[in-house]
Amino acid sequence: MKYVDEYRSAQLALNITQEIRRIQTRPWVIMEVCGGQTHSIVKHGLDYLLPETIELVHGPGCPVCVTSLEMIDKAHAIARRPDVIFTSFGDMLRVPGSEADLFTLKSQGADVRIVYSPLDCLKIAKANPEKKVVFFAVGFETTAPANAMSVWQARRGGIKNFSILVSHVLVPPAIAAILQSPQNRVQGFLGPGHVCAIMGYREYEAISARYRVPIVISGFEPLDILEGTLMTVRQLQAGSAEVENQYARAVEREGNRVAQNLVSEVFEICDRKWRGVGAIPKSGYRLRYEFRDHDAERLFEVEEIDTKEPAICISGQILKGIKKPHDCPAFGKICTPQTPLGATMVSAEGACAAYYAYGRHLETGEIRHAV
Amino acid sequence: MCLGIPGKIIDAYEAQGLRMAKIQFGAIVREACLEYVPEAMAGDYVVVHVGFAISKLDEEEAARTYRLLAEMGQLSELGDLRMDEQGPRGSSS
Repeated sequence: MKYVDEYRSAQLALNITQEIRRIQTRPWVIMEVCGGQTHSIVKHGLDYLLPETIELVHGPGCPVCVTSLEMIDKAHAIARRPDVIFTSFGDMLRVPGSEADLFTLKSQGADVRIVYSPLDCLKIAKANPEKKVVFFAVGFETTAPANAMSVWQARRGGIKNFSILVSHVLVPPAIAAILQSPQNRVQGFLGPGHVCAIMGYREYEAISARYRVPIVISGFEPLDILEGTLMTVRQLQAGSAEVENQYARAVEREGNRVAQNLVSEVFEICDRKWRGVGAIPKSGYRLRYEFRDHDAERLFEVEEIDTKEPAICISGQILKGIKKPHDCPAFGKICTPQTPLGATMVSAEGACAAYYAYGRHLETGEIRHAV
Repeated sequence: MCLGIPGKIIDAYEAQGLRMAKIQFGAIVREACLEYVPEAMAGDYVVVHVGFAISKLDEEEAARTYRLLAEMGQLSELGDLRMDEQGPRGSSS
């Protein structure tokens, strides 16, 4: 596949890691922000290709993982209603709420359907005028234009039985929260390529300047991640702190203006609670008042839900790059993708789930291979 | 979640008031919305996320990045030569 295969060349990967070894003189801790990058790193073993003194820590960039337990429980309360068809991306279905997950509700008779795109929900709404079709709108800035378009189209087409339950999260406030933590040990970031394809990277320039930290906007293929790491190490070695764009084939500094415009017509910024992390000010989107007729939180009275996470789970510290999956006594034992205890195990893009999927819970010691 | 897959636009058309396209990903063809990449046309490559093209891939940038990566290999080979001249290399571990 063009734009995929050529970014998986083993020879070029080796060239990059050799260059990193050549220029690096001291240890560095680098965080990849996005869950897609985490998945790619663990799947391809990229961290094992790097020198041991370059530590990759895994960021909060998995929207499925960080969707708050309260929001999941709200989704479940809505999905249980007999007059509702509840639609969602597939990866939300296995995420446990306080009592069950959406798969369980489906098996108990709730009409829960997986969609590939939020536009699919409009077709379902048109075909089922007697039902209320609700879409679980989770995601980062990357997904916001798609979700915004579904609401926009519903209003334009007079599709009144369609609404979205919004749990959108934004990346820059989360990076700032990590950098503000007194426990922070992250010295450089691989920035989220697809988030920046939409938003551009001006916001990241402010963060980079304020916290004196290099941020390299990176893609998702192995060579993208390794080159992004090399660019970050170069900056760290030189003592510079700038935003660079490794993923220039897909990302421009200004981002996608057309998409940004529709997103800001439909959504406004709000405070948001992140699973495992807690509340972060101005870190989410909610629907603007003009779109209240499509706002599931307004349409379905859902009582405030009080939730509690298991005490043993350290997912909050993992999401902030303070700890890694192996630091958790529950990892791979009582906490698995089938029985997840917290945020980082609930989705394939969570650090714990990625480690588990690629067998790292079976590792007894270091198996790094020097290249 | 922010998974974006590069695909080639094989046919663009209007549907329900939206600009849509058939997009080829390897051997698979799927429909996606082109509203956010108004400049993209048949033959262009786009990154597709949840049924929406979010970015048109810049072939020149892609070629430039790739060239840099390939050149890096040649450079590090030169580096190896230089190190060899200075004496045997130790283990790279």
